[in-house]
Amino acid sequence: MSLIEVLPRVRSWRLPRPDGLIQWIVPLAILLLWQIACVTGFVSSRVLPAPSDVAVAGWKLLLSGELERNIWVSFWRASVGFVIGGGIGFAFGLANGLSQLSSKLTDTTLQMVRNIPHLALIPLVILWFGIDESAKLFLVALGVFFPIYLNTLHGIRTVDPQLIEMGRIYGMRDGELFRRVIFPGALPSIFVGLRFALGIMWLTLIVAETIAASSGLGYMAMQAREFMQIDVVVLSILIYALLGKLADSASRALERLTLSWHPAFQK
Amino acid sequence: MQQALRFLGPEAEAVDHPDFIEQARLARDGSDDAPHRGLPLTIRGLRKSFGSNEVLRGIDLHIPAGQFVAIVGRSGCGKSTLLRLIAGLEKIDAGSISFGEETRPEDVRVMFQEPRLLPWARVLSNVEVGLGRDRGSPDAQSRAAKALAEVGLDEKRGDWPAVLSGGQKQRVALARALVSQPRILAFDEPLGALDALTRISMQRMLGQVWRDQAFTAILVTHDVSEAVALADRVLVIEEGRIAHDINVDIARPRRRGSADLAALEGSILRDLLQTTDE
Repeated sequence: MSLIEVLPRVRSWRLPRPDGLIQWIVPLAILLLWQIACVTGFVSSRVLPAPSDVAVAGWKLLLSGELERNIWVSFWRASVGFVIGGGIGFAFGLANGLSQLSSKLTDTTLQMVRNIPHLALIPLVILWFGIDESAKLFLVALGVFFPIYLNTLHGIRTVDPQLIEMGRIYGMRDGELFRRVIFPGALPSIFVGLRFALGIMWLTLIVAETIAASSGLGYMAMQAREFMQIDVVVLSILIYALLGKLADSASRALERLTLSWHPAFQK
Repeated sequence: MQQALRFLGPEAEAVDHPDFIEQARLARDGSDDAPHRGLPLTIRGLRKSFGSNEVLRGIDLHIPAGQFVAIVGRSGCGKSTLLRLIAGLEKIDAGSISFGEETRPEDVRVMFQEPRLLPWARVLSNVEVGLGRDRGSPDAQSRAAKALAEVGLDEKRGDWPAVLSGGQKQRVALARALVSQPRILAFDEPLGALDALTRISMQRMLGQVWRDQAFTAILVTHDVSEAVALADRVLVIEEGRIAHDINVDIARPRRRGSADLAALEGSILRDLLQTTDE
């Protein structure tokens, strides 16, 4: 084996995924600047606590078990609401994309409902459900429904008709045509909907939890505000950022896995 | 496999050589998958309108089994519609199309100007699509691989269509059309989107598979030189009717740019242009 063949292996072994590290440079730099600004007294700790203080607050909450409980409650609400709303939205998107009758029957209604900001329903939802779990789940599900519905519908409607004709010529029946042509063709658009929905999911949940909840991250932040625990407030905001990033990374990984055929995902 | 690869190499000229054809024929007769005979095609009084626009105004045509027919005409003359009716992609308004005997759906295949490959399926799976009802059978993969080898793309079987060149995509589409061993193969401007050099090598490939598999070929094209180079017979369609029916009595192998091909091409072009000027 020649030296040239050996070299790339050695290099890739020494630098594990440099691309993966680059994206963390900016967040880390911000954290560092923030710490310096606080320690030097440039920013008052009553306005913004130092990252180290936030970390200490986080550690304390972690030890008491409160942090873990609140994160878990929020995560549970987010995912259950997402599955319910996303599932219904996906089902409607499929039905209306594939069937003229279904589309005529429901699309106009859904488009009307879509134009109501779902957070405007909070007072009504509190009247209906109180500050029960179902109130949060309802709001998250409603918020997630529309991006998934719209993008699934759009994805199915924009599948190349020439490919559908090709599938028919080669004797594909409805089921096979859906599995081999329509669904894979709609998938990129469905993923766009998924990522929009993930953003809306966190937004809705946080708003709902700050207004009407007795547990969860939003509740934790509101409690901390009452007791002037600014470090806990900042901590909850940072956790939101982290959870949002996590959800986004998960959907990206799923995209890479299922859309490896797509030129945009080929290196 | 070797035969098909020759198309792309400098010895491409040799493909049309009688010795080579004889070799291919010998090889074929020796194996048990003897080629299917093409199907004859009879069309009577065929009419088709889209709204108030009458595209085909009574076509009568008989194509003997195994003939290579080219259909030329100006755009909008109805040649593509005729092909789509033969392939069963449109409903017939009046008249009839018959194939002489009972056909399976796999017996009639179409190849379009666009390759129409599924971007989310590997090359081999795209070829498997062409098997129709036999897609699930245990030998599906080996049959697809064989068809892929016939168009010289065996080594691309695991690739995504997105990484192939235009000519390669069209060869995959050809393999997909051939894999079910059709008895009629209809081509709708299959080479229209390719560059000149790729087009010439693809023309050779079409001629070769037609000789090997002995199907009835119907080629719709706007390229008269392509029509006379490949076909036994050229039909000129004007305003929804067959205006000229020309036998191409030129022995194969045909050399591009030879005097008799050029003369025939010139006379067909004159026919086409005459009606344009009127």
